[in-house]
Amino acid sequence: MSITANKPEPLLYEQSNPGSIGYALPESDVPHTPLPAHLMRADLNLPEVAEVDVVRHFTRLSQKNYCVDLGIYPLGSCTMKYNPKMNEDAIQLTGMSQVHPMQPPETAQGVMQLMYELQEYLGEISGLPAVTLQPAAGAQGELVGILVIRAYHLKRGDTGRSEVLIPDSAHGTNPATSAMAGYRVVEVKSDARGNMDLDDLRSKVSDKTAAIMFTNPNTLGLFEEHVREVNKIVHDAGGLVYGDGANLNAIIGIARPGDLGFDVIHSNLHKTFSVPHGGGGPGSGPVMARPDLAEFLPTPIVSKKGDVYAFETPTNTIGRIKSFWGNFLALVRAYTYIRSYGKEHLREIAEISVLNANYLLALVRDVYDPQVPERTCKHEFVLNGTRFKKEYGVNTLDVAKRIIDYGFYPPTIYFPLIVPECLMIEPTETQSKASLDEFAAALLKIAEEARTDPQLLHNAPHNTPVTRLDDVKAAREPVLNYKPPQIPDQRKAA
Amino acid sequence: MSSGKEISYPTDLKYAATHEWVRVEGDTATVGISDYAQDALGDIVFVELPVVGMELRAKSGFGVVESVKAASDVFMPVGGSISATNDELANAPETVNADAFGAGWMIKISPFNADDLAKLMDAATYKSKIESGEIH
Amino acid sequence: MSHRFIPITDADRAQMLKTIGVSSVDTLFDDVPKEAQYPDLNLPPALSEMDLLRTLRDMAAKNANAGEHAYFLGAGAYNHFVPATVPHLIFRSEFYTAYTPYQPEISQGTLQTIFEYQSMICDLTGMDAANASHYDAATAAAEAAVMAINSARTGRKIIVSPTLHPHYRETMRTYLQGQDIPIVGDEDTSLSLDQVLDKHLDNQTAGVLAANPDFLGNVRDFKPLADRIHAVGALSIISVYPISLGLYQPPGDYDADIVIGEGQSLGNALGFGGPYLGIFACKEKYLRRVAGRLVGETVDKQGRRGFVLTLQAREQHIRREKATSNICTNEALNALAACVYLATLGKQGLRDVAELCYQKAHYAASEIAKLGGYRVKTQEFFNEFVVECPRPVAEINRALYKQGIIGGYDLSHDYPHLKNGMLIAVTELNTRSQIDALVSALGALD
Repeated sequence: MSITANKPEPLLYEQSNPGSIGYALPESDVPHTPLPAHLMRADLNLPEVAEVDVVRHFTRLSQKNYCVDLGIYPLGSCTMKYNPKMNEDAIQLTGMSQVHPMQPPETAQGVMQLMYELQEYLGEISGLPAVTLQPAAGAQGELVGILVIRAYHLKRGDTGRSEVLIPDSAHGTNPATSAMAGYRVVEVKSDARGNMDLDDLRSKVSDKTAAIMFTNPNTLGLFEEHVREVNKIVHDAGGLVYGDGANLNAIIGIARPGDLGFDVIHSNLHKTFSVPHGGGGPGSGPVMARPDLAEFLPTPIVSKKGDVYAFETPTNTIGRIKSFWGNFLALVRAYTYIRSYGKEHLREIAEISVLNANYLLALVRDVYDPQVPERTCKHEFVLNGTRFKKEYGVNTLDVAKRIIDYGFYPPTIYFPLIVPECLMIEPTETQSKASLDEFAAALLKIAEEARTDPQLLHNAPHNTPVTRLDDVKAAREPVLNYKPPQIPDQRKAA
Repeated sequence: MSSGKEISYPTDLKYAATHEWVRVEGDTATVGISDYAQDALGDIVFVELPVVGMELRAKSGFGVVESVKAASDVFMPVGGSISATNDELANAPETVNADAFGAGWMIKISPFNADDLAKLMDAATYKSKIESGEIH
Repeated sequence: MSHRFIPITDADRAQMLKTIGVSSVDTLFDDVPKEAQYPDLNLPPALSEMDLLRTLRDMAAKNANAGEHAYFLGAGAYNHFVPATVPHLIFRSEFYTAYTPYQPEISQGTLQTIFEYQSMICDLTGMDAANASHYDAATAAAEAAVMAINSARTGRKIIVSPTLHPHYRETMRTYLQGQDIPIVGDEDTSLSLDQVLDKHLDNQTAGVLAANPDFLGNVRDFKPLADRIHAVGALSIISVYPISLGLYQPPGDYDADIVIGEGQSLGNALGFGGPYLGIFACKEKYLRRVAGRLVGETVDKQGRRGFVLTLQAREQHIRREKATSNICTNEALNALAACVYLATLGKQGLRDVAELCYQKAHYAASEIAKLGGYRVKTQEFFNEFVVECPRPVAEINRALYKQGIIGGYDLSHDYPHLKNGMLIAVTELNTRSQIDALVSALGALD
């Protein structure tokens, strides 16, 4: 942030200065062909500004953003780790960035080699060797995974399976995905230790169960202690096990989902594999599956015969899940990241992400209330803010907003839904000890303020470009695009 | 999300466990959501209502009520034919917060299935089940 | 010693373990089944930055690319010029290393740029509202089909034009396979959309998806078709090529209900197919059924203008299995690229780019038409057209490649009736000498 960060920045439309241009194009070097007048548009209302105006506008706007390169971004379940700079150099090689998706494969062997090798790496890391790189995001990976499971049951003639079991702590995408694939969602309860309630699971699993879908570690940041038993219960009933790989960062190199009994998982390359989050995307969500599920994967996958790479359509493919071959430039970054860590360092990602989370938890646990205090967390942990609300009248939103005043991005709040007033904190392995000490000190100071000066929290944040915004107004009277100031309509007047 | 105001439970109405109320006048049942429900949802920003003429059974969803942070389906407390909808709510959804039992009504059902009324609660039962946490 | 991306020393580690009260890092993983712990992974060893860069450069060198070759290939992805403003601005750390603007007070940069992006898409398409983007045009098409089914008060049938991009049609089918939704219209890809509507359009139709320009390059006045579609109560869904909208009438002018499009051409790299940008816009009355993120304007406590994610109650994190879609992310950085691109070009610049494409493509078509053995089959087009060739397209493309030219898309798989059909795209980046070289190379293959 800078001295200009808090200055209002008008919309570019409001800065439009008719006649200004920000571009230079060559003159046409070919004979003129008349345009088809009957198909032409009358007008196009885009801003008219000079190049320097464009640069200043977006630079000023950028200064109103917090980002990973400025400091800790502890959003739980988002894995906001440092994005190595080299990834961005890799994607700007013209032999990567300027390759056309439809050009003949024999002219694109290098990019296809990269995809092939990444398929192999992700298969090895997950223990599930049938890999598609196509999904554009984690949610799309989920849809692929569930459709693959559906295709598996249907091919076996097992047509009565209409339900997907989902723990109550799950990401919202899990039930939404299941519904999109045509399944009924059956919720499984969590127990007091943050595991799935096995009795509840047993009572809900049946010959209608197509799959169970769960995250491990779960959204409480806890490793499912009965993972093998859960998977066995579902397998015994004929269902498959889908792993939401959003939290793979906690176990990468430590344990492979395939070895734990998962049949299909996705991995968010923008979480575990350092693809930058880009202000909310693009993401990338490859899916890894058991070898016998390879025939159902989306088309295409990259195969290798001799030294030649080719696109192949799996025999019983669920179809294509997006245009072209996946978010390729995200794949380049993930590939670069894996090669940078290599076999020998990969597990340090999980080790240090878990070390950092437990260290941060240890620093704040006497003042805040861990949801499951008796357990070691994995890469993230959840604090319950109920006591703060009851004793100080301070809710979790107030705490989060006050964190901003200390120069940090707040954690995920009010998720998972099963914990009231919760804060969900994921520091990642790319925070130094000093930065964790500093963040913890801020949390402790805020707890003190909650007791002594709750108003300070209610009014937070104090020094930001805007203060708390009116969400109700935004939703009741949606204004979703710029509308020019009203000019009296001459025709109506006449 | 509670506003801290006293929640009211008018005694002339019938209530469903999913927080809809019903007022019966002749062969018409008027339906809305309870004061408790509007208070729990917080500032209501949008109400989606069905088309007049639709036939729906008891317990089937007839619309959606949205606040900033939540969306709730609303269900038919009694089956029947939708005879009117409160179109004022399109422009002023906050009416549901301000006057849940009056101007914030949502639909009228006429004719309706009178047998379904027996499955609904009176105000005292509804209130006690909320206070005991049996429904929420 | 830790890897260079991990800022924790051995001494830090020891102190931290002490604070936690455990003896080793391994202890933190005690709840992971022992027999599954620490697999021996078959992965290559770590590479230093310089060795890794060398490896990547070697891979990159194996690919023909638009930096070195003349491209006449489009088919949904186009080689347009990207002004220097775009990469310099989108690769500012504050944009590309931020996440979803959950906390608006320190995310106004992302939020305002998305609002401006939404505004520009509305102006470009003539629609009332645009979302913050979908993954690409193919998934936007699938989401549009779902929205049509939920909005239309008719039936659940979806009609697709045979000249909608084949990938979009396939993706839509993949998305909808678990739901009971009939998708018809492209059984015979040689039929025109008018013929398809004659055959399928009825009061069970929820929506009709078509492209303008279509996959084969044709541009048309869509109003008569839109009127037919609306007459049965269905929604008209149009896929656009946004650069063409610098010149051509926007879908709002011909009463489209939903507009989707591939936004790659707006300042985004070819990138071997992604990440791209799924444009999604619609009429006001369908707003509450839109899937994906929306940014809206509001005010803060002091009455200052600010921007927030809004209408979130439709989305998966709140509505879960009842959400409009499972989509969670958007292609924010690609949308930002489009926003900077459109800002840099402005109203005149986009028109100029479009006109250059139009002029060069028409020059190329007229020169190819003069060759013996080649026939230009598209009548009214923007910058892409079908040429019937004297030999299989794959064969021609191999010959062109030897001369540094990437030829057009081979239509024989998707459109069997166009057996030797090549779909040629020309953009402002194609010089007259490149076009002349293409024409003479084609002529030599006659």
